[in-house]
Amino acid sequence: MAEEKRIILEYADQINPENAGEYIKVGGYKGLEKARAMSRKDVIEEVKKSGLRGRGGAGFPAGLKWSFVPEAPVKYVVCNLDEGEPGTYKDRIICQKNAQAVLEGMAICGTAIDSTKGYIYCRGEYPYVVDLLNKAIDSAKEAGVLGDFDIEVRMGAGAYVCGEETALIESIEGNRGEPRFKPPFPGVEGLWGVPTIVNNVETFAALPYILSNGGEWFAGIGAPKYPGTKILTLTGDVNNATYFEVPTDYNLRDVIYTLGGGIKNGKKFKAVQVGGTSGAFIPEQNLNTPIDFDSMSAIGAALGSGAVLVLDETRDIVDVVTRIAKFFEHESCGKCNPCREGTFRAFELMEIINDGLGNAGDLDTLKILGRVMKNASFCGLGQAAPIPIQSTLQHFEHEYKRKFL
Amino acid sequence: MINVTINGKEIQVPRGTMLLEACRQAGADIPTFCHDPHLQLAGSCRMCVVEAKGRWNLLASCVMPAENGMEIETESPSVVEARKIILELLLARHDLSCHTCERDGDCRLQDYCYRYGVKESRFAGEIIHFSKEDPNPFIERDYDKCIMCTKCVRVCKEITGAEAINVKDRGHHAAISTAFDGNLADSTCVFCGQCIMVCPVGALTSKVSMGKGKPYQVEKVLTTCTYCGTGCTLELNVKDDTVVGVSSNRDERYSPVNQGALCVKGRFGWDFIHAEDRLTTPLIRKNGELQPASWDEALDFAAAKLKQIKEASGPDALAMFASARITNEENYLAQKFMRAVIGTNNVDHCARL
Repeated sequence: MAEEKRIILEYADQINPENAGEYIKVGGYKGLEKARAMSRKDVIEEVKKSGLRGRGGAGFPAGLKWSFVPEAPVKYVVCNLDEGEPGTYKDRIICQKNAQAVLEGMAICGTAIDSTKGYIYCRGEYPYVVDLLNKAIDSAKEAGVLGDFDIEVRMGAGAYVCGEETALIESIEGNRGEPRFKPPFPGVEGLWGVPTIVNNVETFAALPYILSNGGEWFAGIGAPKYPGTKILTLTGDVNNATYFEVPTDYNLRDVIYTLGGGIKNGKKFKAVQVGGTSGAFIPEQNLNTPIDFDSMSAIGAALGSGAVLVLDETRDIVDVVTRIAKFFEHESCGKCNPCREGTFRAFELMEIINDGLGNAGDLDTLKILGRVMKNASFCGLGQAAPIPIQSTLQHFEHEYKRKFL
Repeated sequence: MINVTINGKEIQVPRGTMLLEACRQAGADIPTFCHDPHLQLAGSCRMCVVEAKGRWNLLASCVMPAENGMEIETESPSVVEARKIILELLLARHDLSCHTCERDGDCRLQDYCYRYGVKESRFAGEIIHFSKEDPNPFIERDYDKCIMCTKCVRVCKEITGAEAINVKDRGHHAAISTAFDGNLADSTCVFCGQCIMVCPVGALTSKVSMGKGKPYQVEKVLTTCTYCGTGCTLELNVKDDTVVGVSSNRDERYSPVNQGALCVKGRFGWDFIHAEDRLTTPLIRKNGELQPASWDEALDFAAAKLKQIKEASGPDALAMFASARITNEENYLAQKFMRAVIGTNNVDHCARL
């Protein structure tokens, strides 16, 4: 244990991600070839058997999602490369190290749901990834491996909310980046009103290996209920802040102390935020938890996108959370009342407390506001925005109270 | 049909029925800001949230189809808490000048704050101002009272088809705007005022009626618009025997032609009613001056002149120029009169101009 396990990133830096030929030499496009020789139903069954769950954060079983797609003359495959979660850069790494696997995964999905058109929605801050992907697509087309499956790269304009699949669809359609209500889910009524599968980059990138090695092989790796590997991006006060691919039963403490090389400058650990900016802050006593989706949920946290932000003992939690509150105030799309007004007021309250002007009543207000935002917001953004506040109020309330003058 | 239990009462609804409809069928009064049965669903105000047993979050009942076996509570503690906090959040940005507001007494924000006992907001921070000075003569845009339900945006797009307004900016800075945040007159706005019709608060009101009477001070008289042959139903708002405004009646039973939708003339062009130079009797020109006459006199005079011209110069010396202000049936009679009674095909209509 405490070792990386590289599947998606096995050939990182050994092959040119733009070049389909180099990917084929290390076994690439075998999964797609296999999928095309299978019936659509069997491809979906194989993915179901693998137990692959969405790597974007929601953890929805990929095969199950695909099985909901009804028959329709046109369907789309959409790859979510919006990667707006601060501290997360795994999708960029996957593209930069193994872009062809993403294309192959999308084509496998296309085979399974009978779609011939895919879109990659790329984060606006990644223009160089757009270039890379376009070259990778050209190379794959030239090699003839994609067959009749076409992939187009679309670029976001910097809105965090467009990582939410329906806001992403609105954005591709050229509309304001705002979420749609569900149901209908995109699998039934998505891009331009037709059945659309939206999956994360990492989810697609795992598919070639599932198809070539079999669903059972994948299901045997890591945590039984969330099998496979997960790419984590470790940031903050650790000695070795970089990315890792680990089996999903990997322990959070090992991420920080083994892979991460422990806390920088010999300081003590204070907290770790897992899953990106909307994730919960986890205290020392919960560090012996596997990183898989369900284990994280059990301690009131979320694996999310796989970002791991470590704070040492000197960090001011309230100050950190105030900045996070500012982020959500800035990124709320403004569609629903609890999020539009709630993120604004939560940031205001956090600033008041952080400036030493708060009182116990402000903490009560934050708690009620957070509860209502979680319960009543339209989409994941507003539902998750209070989590950093709530989790730090739960584990680090003394730091808030210390701010009161 | 599926079974749903709402506040302990089991009812049957067709599959696909939204929870909002099911709750109302079961007698529950669900508050809404953004829901409008004539517009596409938004699901954004979150006032209609209800609690479903076994769900981790509250469901916006207007956009959530009822599922078989669902157990719904419409006024549970967490539902009431959410509605109260949403109201407080809205109050924190709302210009509370109810005493001078045109919609005082006919305002959903007032109604729901009253219903849930929300006297003031605990969120006493910065107030961002959104009000918009717009020099157009018809529509007052006071976005300091806007609650961002976006019904105005949807009605403008879906019923009027003008697409003059949309949401600009993001988050708490989001506001209703024309393209490039200009004046309505420079946009594709046709000043139909459908946005005023759907606004649940006092953000959009009629400049023509401003200060002339609050909703509860006027008597609403159902009538038909006289401007054209379409025959739209409207309500004249009457205060002290004076027409002070026009409002929409959206009930299909009373307003089958237009269901409340009006054009700029119908909604704002009613000042002729009490105009001093308005004609109230027919006039006959005598000795170069127009003199009041009775209808009998006027009709006899016109008939005699028509007859005289026809006899002296033949039927083709006469022509009928009809108007779009009368109905199709009346236009039919007009041309029939010219062809059958006068004996000419000289018939034309202002719609050809």
